[in-house]
Amino acid sequence: MAFINHSAKEINCKLVYYGPGLCGKTTNLQYIYNKTNPDLKGKMISLATETDRTLYFDFLPLNLGTIHGFKVRFQLYTVPGQVFYNASRKLILKGADGVVFVADSQDARYEANIESMVNLRENLEENNLKLEAIPYVLQLNKRDLPNVTPVDELTEALRFKGEPVFESVATVGTGVFETLKSCAKQVLNKLGR
Amino acid sequence: MPSPDFVMYDEEYQRIKAVATRLKDDANAKIVFLVDKNGQQIAACGDLGSIDTTSLASLTAGNVAATDGLAKLIGEKEFSILFHEGEKDNLHISIVGKRGILVVIFDNRSTLGLVRLRVKKTSAELERIFDVIEEKAKHQFEGEKEYESPFAEITENDIDKLFGDD
Repeated sequence: MAFINHSAKEINCKLVYYGPGLCGKTTNLQYIYNKTNPDLKGKMISLATETDRTLYFDFLPLNLGTIHGFKVRFQLYTVPGQVFYNASRKLILKGADGVVFVADSQDARYEANIESMVNLRENLEENNLKLEAIPYVLQLNKRDLPNVTPVDELTEALRFKGEPVFESVATVGTGVFETLKSCAKQVLNKLGR
Repeated sequence: MPSPDFVMYDEEYQRIKAVATRLKDDANAKIVFLVDKNGQQIAACGDLGSIDTTSLASLTAGNVAATDGLAKLIGEKEFSILFHEGEKDNLHISIVGKRGILVVIFDNRSTLGLVRLRVKKTSAELERIFDVIEEKAKHQFEGEKEYESPFAEITENDIDKLFGDD
């Protein structure tokens, strides 16, 4: 649910990065943070455990510029991917304007991806959101690793509604901005309708 | 049905700001801050110089959401007030209506009792303003009233420019 402030001429949208544990959600945000002009970004917050696993969420505010006189702001969140943090994942999806699903391409994580996708659908529904309707992008991450599932196979298993699919290596930034841009575009286009 | 976007016009924004400023003065507080439950900052007043307001908004909403989850676990509807006491500054967080969170930051020039008292009165006023905002949004969502989205004529080119592409 975007927040449109006519008085301050601002629009704020919320994007959530979802996916199984260790798939690279936080790495996506870190790359965006490192590569964004300091004037255009706020502080990145990571609520993580001592071993750097996301405990609650990561948060990165971005000021993208202006459209038709309105400042466009995107707030990027990640969810904690580990299965037992489901209560927190549900909370973070509240009010999301768009979702990026980050899949871990490694063969060994094939089922974890599917499980996380099912979990995403359930949690969206609990927040009165539908995967069918929400702006959505699928990112196939870790394409540089050995033992990855072929793109076609993984796409067939996870692609849900003809959404854009990006191959990525988030550690070096491949596909990271393409993914963000694609999701942001869908959100802004939806606002215009 | 998904909720409509949260659209705020100047009239309600100015009213909210005026109410928040009055609360700050009446409660002898340093900062009064209003956030939406999704973590978006709605209004702020006071000595904001050193505060990262975007992070404050997001963490407050996260805090309230987590506390809400805890409340439900033990069979409570919600915990409507959170209080964090620091060495110098204190944080008083309360829920306003269905979607607002009111944050008051105060030091030893005020007291928890005074803040609670003033917040209670202010919350009722803010709730009425939120009702107006919600009512307007509902009419727009249901198409009863013409609403010209600022993004109605957005082009691919506009979006590309945001990302520095030409």
